[in-house]
Amino acid sequence: MKHEELDAELDSFGDALASATRVTPGNALRPEDIAVNGQAPSEQVAKYALTLGDDSLILAQRLAHWISRAPELEEDVALGNIALDILGHARSFLTYASLAWGKTEDDLAYWREEEEFTSLWIVEQPNGHFGVTIIRQLIVSIFQHLLYRELTASTDETLAAIAAKAVKEVDYHRDHATAWTIRLGQGTEESAEKMRHALEILWPYVDEMFRDEQIHQDLEGVAVLPSTLRQAWDEQIGAVLTEAGLQIPATGQAMAHGRIGEHSEHLGYLLAEMQVLARKHPGATW
Amino acid sequence: MSQQNNWPLWEVFVRSSRGLSHVHAGSLHAPDAQMAVRNARDLYTRRNEGVSLWVVKSNDIISSDPDEKDSFFESPQGKDYRHATYYKASEGVKHL
Repeated sequence: MKHEELDAELDSFGDALASATRVTPGNALRPEDIAVNGQAPSEQVAKYALTLGDDSLILAQRLAHWISRAPELEEDVALGNIALDILGHARSFLTYASLAWGKTEDDLAYWREEEEFTSLWIVEQPNGHFGVTIIRQLIVSIFQHLLYRELTASTDETLAAIAAKAVKEVDYHRDHATAWTIRLGQGTEESAEKMRHALEILWPYVDEMFRDEQIHQDLEGVAVLPSTLRQAWDEQIGAVLTEAGLQIPATGQAMAHGRIGEHSEHLGYLLAEMQVLARKHPGATW
Repeated sequence: MSQQNNWPLWEVFVRSSRGLSHVHAGSLHAPDAQMAVRNARDLYTRRNEGVSLWVVKSNDIISSDPDEKDSFFESPQGKDYRHATYYKASEGVKHL
């Protein structure tokens, strides 16, 4: 072989050698697969999937607001990635729920009114400063990680499959929020004060996450009883806050009933912004 | 944004799959190594590009001088005999 030929052979490895930028979609459960292959869930299972989808949808919408506003370009992308992960979970849960009612994920996201949303109050709370968003991520991602881990054992195969995909992603969200909480808690006096402030703002919405509703009781084996996650959650978040030099604040608990469609004043504004385009151009695709 | 100037630059290397080498993918800003790896994950592996990441401070990389390109890199040209493929297998040698 002449060296021109050798060069040609090395060139043929080009793809492999340059594969740091190779793009592959990978194999994962997509909302489109659920829509095409999925069995329609029962009314009860659909309502349960709707609660999980709504939590994710509203949180994703909140986080997306950080794009172009984060303290650093790198953090901008990190929060954007997390928002997109969570939007993906929302799409899967809403797509599955929509099959029970002959609707689509978009019908559920864009054409329901405020009182029809079943999301928790914590996800609709304003982003506040960066520390507030990080504490909200810490609270929610530890909760979701425990929830999805249990949900992988659900007798409902579609819910278990969605959870199996989501649990790995939420694990990273938890890691991201943990790292920032410790960093900011141990940072300067100003950053620690902002984290204490964030905990005081958000802690009133913690108890609602763990309240068992009738739907959880009715779906034994399918749904995860939120109250069963509380002990592990307390231990995990307690360990992070201790390492960060922060404490659980002595606040009361809000009268939050998002699961039955009662919301804080913040959700209406969020929905107005999220839904306006779809409602102004019904049926449009983009 | 004023902090950006204080955050050092890091170079990111991504390994796309087992058995391949890490390949330089780009750079980013981060306050320390731990955050640099996280940022690298978010910036350079979001389209399934990798299974492993290295980050190294840009300042810690010693590079060859572009002005010395001729003396550094032209010498091997024309020296085909440095490639194994230059040599013919001798007759009678089996299993080579």
